[in-house]
Amino acid sequence: MKWWLLLSCIVSLSAQATWNNPYPRGWVHENTLFSAFSAPPKTLDPVKSYSSNEWVFLANIVEPPLQYHYLKRPYQLEPLILTQMPTVHYDAASDTSSYTLHLRDDVAYAPHPAFAGQKRKVTATDLAYAIARMSDRRNGSPILDMMMPLIVGLEAQVATLAKLPKSSEWRDYRQFNPQGVEVVDERTLVIRIKGQYPPFIYWLAMPFFAPIPWEVDAYYAQPGMKEANQSWSWMPVGSGAYYLAENNPNRRMVLQRNPYFHAESYPHEAGSTVPKSLLADAGKPLPFIDRVVFALEKEAVPYWAKFLQGYYDASGVSSEVFDQAIQLNEQGKLSLTAEMRAKNMQLISSVATSSSYMGFNMRDPVIGQGNDKATYLRQAISIAIDYEEQIAIFLNGRGVVAQGLIPPGIAGASTDCNPITHVGEAGQCQRRPLADAKALMAKAGYADGIDPATGKALVLYYDTVSTGADDKAQLDWMRKQFAKLGIQLVIRSTDYNRFQEKMLAGNAQIFSWGWNADYPDAENFLFLLAGSNAKMDSGGENASNYKNPQFDVLYEQIARMEDSSERRALIQQAVALVREDAPWVFGLHPQSVSLFHGWVNNVYPNLMANNTLKYRRIDVTQREQAQESWNQPILWPFALAALLLMGLVGLVWRKQRKEHSL
Amino acid sequence: MTTYIIRRLLWLLPILLMVNLLTFTLFFVVNSPDDMARAQLGNKHVTDAAIAAWKAARGYDLPLLWNSEASGWSMLSQTIFWQKSVQLMLFDFGVSDAGRAIGADLAQRAWPSLWLALPSFVLGLLVNIALALLLVMFRGQWLDKLGLVITVIIMSISGLFFIIGGQYVMAKLWHWFPISGYEPDGDLWRFLLLPIVLGVIAGVGAGVRWYRSILLEEADKDFARTARAKGMSQWQVMRKHVLPNGMLPILTGVVAVLPLLFMGSLIMESFFGIPGLGSYTIDAINSQDFAIVRAMVYLGAVLYVFGLILTDIAYAWADPRVRLGDD
Repeated sequence: MKWWLLLSCIVSLSAQATWNNPYPRGWVHENTLFSAFSAPPKTLDPVKSYSSNEWVFLANIVEPPLQYHYLKRPYQLEPLILTQMPTVHYDAASDTSSYTLHLRDDVAYAPHPAFAGQKRKVTATDLAYAIARMSDRRNGSPILDMMMPLIVGLEAQVATLAKLPKSSEWRDYRQFNPQGVEVVDERTLVIRIKGQYPPFIYWLAMPFFAPIPWEVDAYYAQPGMKEANQSWSWMPVGSGAYYLAENNPNRRMVLQRNPYFHAESYPHEAGSTVPKSLLADAGKPLPFIDRVVFALEKEAVPYWAKFLQGYYDASGVSSEVFDQAIQLNEQGKLSLTAEMRAKNMQLISSVATSSSYMGFNMRDPVIGQGNDKATYLRQAISIAIDYEEQIAIFLNGRGVVAQGLIPPGIAGASTDCNPITHVGEAGQCQRRPLADAKALMAKAGYADGIDPATGKALVLYYDTVSTGADDKAQLDWMRKQFAKLGIQLVIRSTDYNRFQEKMLAGNAQIFSWGWNADYPDAENFLFLLAGSNAKMDSGGENASNYKNPQFDVLYEQIARMEDSSERRALIQQAVALVREDAPWVFGLHPQSVSLFHGWVNNVYPNLMANNTLKYRRIDVTQREQAQESWNQPILWPFALAALLLMGLVGLVWRKQRKEHSL
Repeated sequence: MTTYIIRRLLWLLPILLMVNLLTFTLFFVVNSPDDMARAQLGNKHVTDAAIAAWKAARGYDLPLLWNSEASGWSMLSQTIFWQKSVQLMLFDFGVSDAGRAIGADLAQRAWPSLWLALPSFVLGLLVNIALALLLVMFRGQWLDKLGLVITVIIMSISGLFFIIGGQYVMAKLWHWFPISGYEPDGDLWRFLLLPIVLGVIAGVGAGVRWYRSILLEEADKDFARTARAKGMSQWQVMRKHVLPNGMLPILTGVVAVLPLLFMGSLIMESFFGIPGLGSYTIDAINSQDFAIVRAMVYLGAVLYVFGLILTDIAYAWADPRVRLGDD
């Protein structure tokens, strides 16, 4: 038996050119892209999923009505399963806007047992079904409370469904269309929203609005399905370029080319900043890759090592390996190290459409309120916290100091410097000297950081969820930033749940938070400071509880306008107001850095689109050659180990002989 | 012995009930259902209505221990404790807070854990005993002294070092094994060999020293001395007398650990991407999925108690002087 085992091992090894290939035999020779995920997705249900680590899979499986053009900048929407962009009609009499969606007639779902072997085309009923399904609280859609005041009749629909008896049985949502969702015919759907809200169109590019076939919903509601992990959360079905062929979030997710994927070709056009080489595949049918394998890789070290061996096609750059992969040139720009260049790597970096900020609770009697004293104090702190230094020390230069709340790349983002914290010098924003901050402290009544009420250093409290040993250095650094003004910063570390509770109750004084853009529009950031969204009042996303009537009026105007020069001017006015009021210290916009092997083609960062796998193309031959040359087994340690073992056996044998001879 | 086993099994019930009550208190008092909902619903647009809906969908909207609004039996059964913990006692693990069936996940993940833990354990045992025998054979000589120094060094080094170092040297530099991964169909051994080897190496320090002390004790006893006086070689004394007598404490220690092998190795599985129960627990803790954590704590308690019973039985089986249940 053991000889068979040994023989099978030898045969298995000799059959492989390399011993350390971590995939089933044959996969590396096929048109397969290899990637990884570090945490299992929580759900892949299109109405529920709202996390970037889930959309990596989901956006390639399901198709909402619209998508972002892969190469055009600024980001631009285009029809995905529609024949054209939705036509929008505003009816002043009813104060509603109607979005008419015309579906293509060649869009079909990937095969699924619920379709009983038939090719099932996407219909307008499926789009309506998705919205009706979203309106059922038991499906837990995170955007329901946002859509309720928007889509006509959705609120009433939520109430109707809530009154139904509590049961786990299937609900046929075809009978529960909200009033504002009308199926005109098999290919036409009209969605009516209250008033005018142009950013609504961006939501139509998210999986929440992807069509849901009722047959699959009924199939998953059958007894025993949930126990077998057969549900929307774990086996989503859509018309995307890929279907989920293997779903084991504990080990591996495999996407396979959807045999019914509709006609779509690689784009012909690109933004002016996009390299023309990216148009080499223009007009070719999508997708290029047959299979995409995502392996669960929790630890950064093995992930990176496998990437260097050529077994992953792409990798992020963690701080542990940053120096090995990236170097900063004289202009402070990121570039590849010689080692990476020798491996023909591609460096892809872009400033994320995210803002990390430090917020002040505007209801706090010391740091908040609208009076000048507190405003000067906030402005002084805004100058003192040296985010340039933080980016250099803690992020290896991967970030851009924020001059406002809107990240670069989003229409309306500020291109000038924040006059409160920076001065423009030779086209660069230079942080104001500390003396300016100290002068503001004096104006605030805290000269040299002394609180006149106590005669001692002003004490401020910073609530954070950073509790790990790795965070200590950052927290010490933050303490020092405040100490520059003579302020004593007390750090209150807490877990995320307690932090949330504090924020809801308004018990935090200073805190750090961030926002990742849902869509490339300034409104998606300005709403974070809208008075109507104050966290203490409505549980909304305005964690600072900032309320400025002037800002609120501007925000309401901006939210109702299409992109135009007039709108951009209003955005600048709104940004100027919050710069002056300083409810946030505008922190930084992180820079994402990824490496791709030379055999991966058509790679260009698109921070809005998640369905980008269909554009990727790989050169399998080039990958095979690289893997073979990089992974030849080193055999001399075997000989050394054998020698050691023989020596040990010899020693015992000698002792035995010696005893016998006595 | 049968009476003893039945009595011990009956003792299981109150012990497990207490474990259940304790974990329930720990999880639900320290972490309220609202906290769980917030942890699961993410960062964006989390409203009170969404939290209420999340709790209702998972039965966390019920009172904790006593439902005063219900009547009769429902006052007890319509509570979170009954719905969650009592079901757990009946090995109905329910669904995770993320909505996956825990029972199905456990069944799927127990095998990778076992494939890793069992060979590591058996091989580790054999290697440790063999090396301990070797050191006892050469006791007091340079090999014994060198062995002791090496074992102390190995004991002093964190297991994590062996994992990262082993991955670096054997997988990254020498290209012998995949650095991480798991492929149950076909080439499973290729993925398990490295973690098993590293597991054995990391355990050699403590294991060899422990078995050496047991075997040394036996080697100094009269029967071993007599055997030597009768002219048996050191190797024969070791093999025929010292080892069989040293097996009693070894066996009992081994049996106690056996059931826990199902629980997997927390660190090893994470680093090698092995989808076992160890990494399942780590993932659940990281994502604050308390339904899974509760299930794993409960399962761990059951297996631990079961292991202790097995130890007692093994004692009686290996040593005829031990009689169970004769008091």
